Amino acid sequence: MKFGYYPGCSLSGTAKEFDLSLKEVLKYLDTDLLEINDWCCCGASSAHSASHLLSVALPARNLILAKEQGMKEIVAPCAACFNRLKVAQHELQNDEHIRINTEELLDTKYSDGINVLNLISLFQQIGLEKIKSNAKVDFSKLNVACYYGCLLVRPHDILKFDDPENPTTMEEVVKATGAKPVDWNFKVECCGAAHSIAHTEIVENLSMKILDDAINYKANVIVVACPMCHSNLDMRQKNIIKHNPGRNKIPILYLSQLIGLSLGLDHKKLGLDLHFIDTAPLIASLSENEVAV
Amino acid sequence: MRIGVFICHCGENIGRTVDCPSVASACANFSGVVHAEDYKYMCSDPGQNLIKQAIKEKNLDAVVVGSCSPHMHEKTFRKACSDAGINPFLVEMANLREHCSWIHDDVPSATRKAIDLVRMLVEKVKFNEPLIPIRVPVTKRALVIGGGISGIQASLDIANAGYEVVLVEKEPSIGGHMSQLSETFPTLDCSQCILTPRMVEVYQHPRIKLVSYSEVENVEGFIGNFSVTIRKKARSVKDELCTGCGLCVQKCPIKKVALSDFDEGLATRPAMYVPFPQAVPNIPVIDRSVCTYFKTGKCQLCKKVCGREAIDFEQQDQLIKEDVGAIIVATGYKLYTIDKKPDESMIKGYGEYGYGKFKDVVDGLQFERIASASGPTSGEMLRPSDKTTPKKIVFIQCVGSRDESKGFSYCSKICCMYTAKHAMLYKHKVHDGEAYVFYMDIRAGGKNYDEFVRRAIEEDGVKYIRGRVSKIYEENGKLIVKGEDTLAGVRVEIDADMVVLATAMIAQNDSVKLAQTLSVSYDKYGFFNESHPKLKPVETSTGGIFLAGACNAPRDIPDSVSMASAAAAKALVLFGSDVLEREPVVAKVNEATCAGCFYCQKVCAYNAIEQKEIKDRQGNVIKVVAYVNSGLCQGCGTCNATCPSKSVELLGFKDDQIFAQINSFAEVF
Repeated sequence: MKFGYYPGCSLSGTAKEFDLSLKEVLKYLDTDLLEINDWCCCGASSAHSASHLLSVALPARNLILAKEQGMKEIVAPCAACFNRLKVAQHELQNDEHIRINTEELLDTKYSDGINVLNLISLFQQIGLEKIKSNAKVDFSKLNVACYYGCLLVRPHDILKFDDPENPTTMEEVVKATGAKPVDWNFKVECCGAAHSIAHTEIVENLSMKILDDAINYKANVIVVACPMCHSNLDMRQKNIIKHNPGRNKIPILYLSQLIGLSLGLDHKKLGLDLHFIDTAPLIASLSENEVAV
Repeated sequence: MRIGVFICHCGENIGRTVDCPSVASACANFSGVVHAEDYKYMCSDPGQNLIKQAIKEKNLDAVVVGSCSPHMHEKTFRKACSDAGINPFLVEMANLREHCSWIHDDVPSATRKAIDLVRMLVEKVKFNEPLIPIRVPVTKRALVIGGGISGIQASLDIANAGYEVVLVEKEPSIGGHMSQLSETFPTLDCSQCILTPRMVEVYQHPRIKLVSYSEVENVEGFIGNFSVTIRKKARSVKDELCTGCGLCVQKCPIKKVALSDFDEGLATRPAMYVPFPQAVPNIPVIDRSVCTYFKTGKCQLCKKVCGREAIDFEQQDQLIKEDVGAIIVATGYKLYTIDKKPDESMIKGYGEYGYGKFKDVVDGLQFERIASASGPTSGEMLRPSDKTTPKKIVFIQCVGSRDESKGFSYCSKICCMYTAKHAMLYKHKVHDGEAYVFYMDIRAGGKNYDEFVRRAIEEDGVKYIRGRVSKIYEENGKLIVKGEDTLAGVRVEIDADMVVLATAMIAQNDSVKLAQTLSVSYDKYGFFNESHPKLKPVETSTGGIFLAGACNAPRDIPDSVSMASAAAAKALVLFGSDVLEREPVVAKVNEATCAGCFYCQKVCAYNAIEQKEIKDRQGNVIKVVAYVNSGLCQGCGTCNATCPSKSVELLGFKDDQIFAQINSFAEVF
């Protein structure tokens, strides 16, 4: 199986481990990723508040490149990139004015035909059965809180992916690894996202509620599919605990890392040593249950 | 032909933009026109007299009136001409107001257009034929579908006026949703106390035939002459023998086997049951899906204890036929359920409110059962999960209603009032409790309605918060209600013990199927359509079928009762005469050219096309042709447009009439 790949900025920077783990897992599952040559930023988190045209034109450029390079399906693992690419597609299809301006700006024609996948729909395409049959580590005692955040499922009318209020597709993927998804309250609650730098206190407050609820529902780990969610829940966690004493730590893993762990892949190659909240205790508790193949 | 043309100024309405005297003088020159004049108000008494006078003096045999829309005054002018001796179907109207003066502002061109419009009708009227109204007999007996408060009211009104009624109810008992309610707004009188006497009155009325646990299967015929097939579902109890002693229900060993529909799933019932103690008729039903005998062939305890030998395990569904002249549809509504995940149907569900996974999040009817003295808690304010008294309760209005993204853009109309009532009932029973209401707007139009809401706020101290609730979740045994107070501009979080959702009133599941059986139009939500939103609110598009209550739109008890009485009055108007006269604008088949393809039968929305055998003198069938039942035909013309051999024509709108109209217009260019 072969997919076009749009890593986006985060996966080559703050979310390097997302990129590492995804590539590792896909290599194991015989799936090739072909990076879009000369891709650029999708404009997420800033372009759409600065210039509407730019917020469409940046993803449009990447979509046009993908098409020129013969791709039909591209994977955008970052939820914000996925969101921007889908929204741009929607606007280009439904707003002639925007389409004409974008084409003028990019000096090239736009046409539809690229199917944009997020991390979950990528694994759905590969097949959950494949993950299940390759799982080597016993996850039966692992309780997972699947955290979707805002961008993966909203706005529903445009993304048309899962139920925006109570999504369940990530849980299906997690079940394939043998782990138990918990039924918790805050899977689509906002983590504070882009306020991370300017209004850290808001982010800490919102993220704290998410962490608390996951722990409350006996989760051992929170699994995410968005670099922004990850940085807020992982990077900010130490300060959250410092400012609100008496709380326990909970590791935050990318979905690809969880799958990698279940496949028995090398922890370092999955980038599990790159988190702020130490993943070692979690890994240690799992390795005792490794099953013979 | 001697045609008269009469141009109306409609005060200034037409006269302002159309030069009416010029139109009249231009029309005077048309071939066949022997008289043309204009007048300020042609529909007025002097105006009508002008027409009558001209008919007599000029010996006219056809008339064209250039005035407003035929919807407005066709009947007026046809009647005037008829009085003067002209067949009313030789009178045509050119619409110079809606189609001309109101939509144009240039006087010369509007005047030219007015002349064209009149000329087209002059050419048409030359091909008009005198038509005789259709007369059909009337069966003076009514069918009422649905035994809720609307159906009960309509049945009693018709029966008390002296005519027979067949009342069909699909549930084992009549009473509908009203029998489930605790108290009613705005007076807080007990719902059952005012309803049950009426239910008994229906049961005992000599002119009402109550057919419960039954559904309308098929309807044939037309206004004044309907033949209805009713499916009487097998109760497994012979209703003519049962005395309603209730021993079988008491002895049924399969207790608590199914959730009670009457208690909205908050309580259970045995396999043999009567929906509620005041049920009418008080005859039990065996729920065969859970009865031990039907599952294993053993038990029969009910049969053993029944002294009247009324239990009949072999009973089958029965089809019964009833002939009636009028039908009143009063099938009511159901509530939007929040426990449904998104699918193709209209109900999108509320993932943000947990898709019904929280036991203490209930809907309006469930709360009615909790508040009702006959309910599962005997009227004690106890929440479903642990049967404790909720100290903090949140009511959320407009759940599903007024929310296109949830599928229903309309206002359910009754929720503002019943939520105020709920909050009030709660405060009356839990004095130290706190009640919050989230609302979008308070719509309390109606006699003593707004006063009622004010009373809830001012006297009972219910806290109203204007805003929506974004999420409900469970935390440490509390339901956390996250919302917004849009007046204060702040976020609100309430740790409630119980939440009541005022979910939308929606059409019954099978309303579309019933609408199709009755040939009645319905809206995109499945509510039955009235014939005219203002002037014919209880009539339907099909003659002789009337609407009452919430099957037409969300409606409260007083409105439903008024509508039911109005529908009954309409049926009684029908029963007031022995024969009915209908406009003869119906389709007619040319039997000589009809090839019997019956495309017309397939497209007819009113089931008005029948098959007719043509026989020779020996009685051998030589061909089968289409035949229009003029009682059913609504004159829509679909068959006319479909017929490949031009063998069906619509009287009053025949092809040669329409072509004459078009040709006369085309000639100008």
